[in-house]
Amino acid sequence: MRTFTYAKADSTQAATREVQAAGAKFIAGGTNLLDLMKLQVETPEKLVDISRLPLNEVEDTDEGGLRIGALVPNSDLAADQRVRDRYEVLSRALLAGASGQLRNKASTGGNLLQRTRCYYFYDTAMPCNKRSPGSGCSAIGGYNRIMAVLGTSEKCIATHPSDMAVAMRALGATILTQKADGDRRRIFIDEFYRLPGDTPQIETMLEPAELVTGVELPPVPEGARQLYRKVRDRASYAFALVSVAGVVAVEEGKISYARLAFGGLGPMPWRNPGVEEVLVGEAPSDALFHRTADVLLADAKGQGSNDFKIPLARRTLVASLRELTQA
Amino acid sequence: MHFTINGERREADVDIRTTLLDLCREHLGLTGSKKGCDHGQCGACTMLVDGRRINSCLSLAVMHQDDEIVTIEGLGSPEKLHPLQEAFVRHDGYQCGYCTPGQICSAVGMLDEAKKGWPSYVSDSLGEVTLGDEEISERMSGNLCRCAAYPNIVDAIREVTGDAPAERRADAKDAAMRAEVGA
Repeated sequence: MRTFTYAKADSTQAATREVQAAGAKFIAGGTNLLDLMKLQVETPEKLVDISRLPLNEVEDTDEGGLRIGALVPNSDLAADQRVRDRYEVLSRALLAGASGQLRNKASTGGNLLQRTRCYYFYDTAMPCNKRSPGSGCSAIGGYNRIMAVLGTSEKCIATHPSDMAVAMRALGATILTQKADGDRRRIFIDEFYRLPGDTPQIETMLEPAELVTGVELPPVPEGARQLYRKVRDRASYAFALVSVAGVVAVEEGKISYARLAFGGLGPMPWRNPGVEEVLVGEAPSDALFHRTADVLLADAKGQGSNDFKIPLARRTLVASLRELTQA
Repeated sequence: MHFTINGERREADVDIRTTLLDLCREHLGLTGSKKGCDHGQCGACTMLVDGRRINSCLSLAVMHQDDEIVTIEGLGSPEKLHPLQEAFVRHDGYQCGYCTPGQICSAVGMLDEAKKGWPSYVSDSLGEVTLGDEEISERMSGNLCRCAAYPNIVDAIREVTGDAPAERRADAKDAAMRAEVGA
């Protein structure tokens, strides 16, 4: 690990000020950042410790939703009674990720911002446009079993690794931030992540020194069913090959509400509103579910070793929709 | 830097890069916690911080200055074993023993989480928790055992939760072993 200077922030304002130094980064749970620092994938010159900031509450909002502090650990959020009662998809997604020890440390904000587990991003001996812009993508034409099939570019085919963020996209979350000048922003999760394009090293809309302070969840429509289905190589403690987060309501035999997000398929927690449009107003059926899969996977592009993800995504989506709509 | 480890106030002057694991092993003589992967994947370094289990290899010592840290040395001693340590011995919950301190610290944290009613990925409902084999395996999946003593680790934990079937299984295993050696 390269050495660094360290500052403990005692307010969000101080944190955003401290992090304006060259090469500075925030650290909260540290479960992803320290892993990457040990491999010198990340080499911050300064760490700004935000772990003691008062951003660890889960509160009800006036609109009937929840406001989650950026430092709420993943395990606490999964176990929060309001999340278990009202946002089952989020609880399930969190519990599907990592291990008990990691969830105890990993923060809500950090989970949103965690980096890809692409083998080549981790291997500093290999070219990687995300780690070292302009060096090339080793995954294209390399070992790419875990890589993305949607939203990729010539520069990067890495996936976003989070389960939690997939559930949050299905729930229509809003990311709360504070900028260095004290300005606060509310960024809808559909606008938060960026496709790799020519700049895969830029993964979100966050500006330099902008701090994620929390996440707001809107209320889920009454009567909607929620599900998180994760397919992976091991029964536990593995990243998703494909995952589906769904919030679906059926009224009088017809689908009245649908919001779906997907993990393991794209460079960001994936959502395609076209998929939901196919569903709403229709009676549930396998034929309908296959039509939604056609829309989801219309532009899917396999890289060889990950071609299997395309039929796997179809089957996982169909199975999820059956479960979400069965009488 | 000042730390409270196993109830004792300790001081250390260490490099800013020092992880909580290296602080304990290299600077404070607490070598019970083990370094396996050093990347939060194996769980051998598991410690309890303010009662919660964490991977100490993925945490900077400097970030733990006011925390209550408990390592395997703080749970029991050769003279007075922790109930989980006793159960691991009784059920053969290891072969080489390298992952055991992490397994036991993790189990202490895990049992506390279950007591608080925290659900897991395999919980049917997000309501009440009953710790059967599947629940324990899922909740302990952050602790790898290269000797694959998993069934015996689960049995040891079940014994501590007061689960009668695990007791019976231990007796059955004892009987099978006695039969094998002709005792």
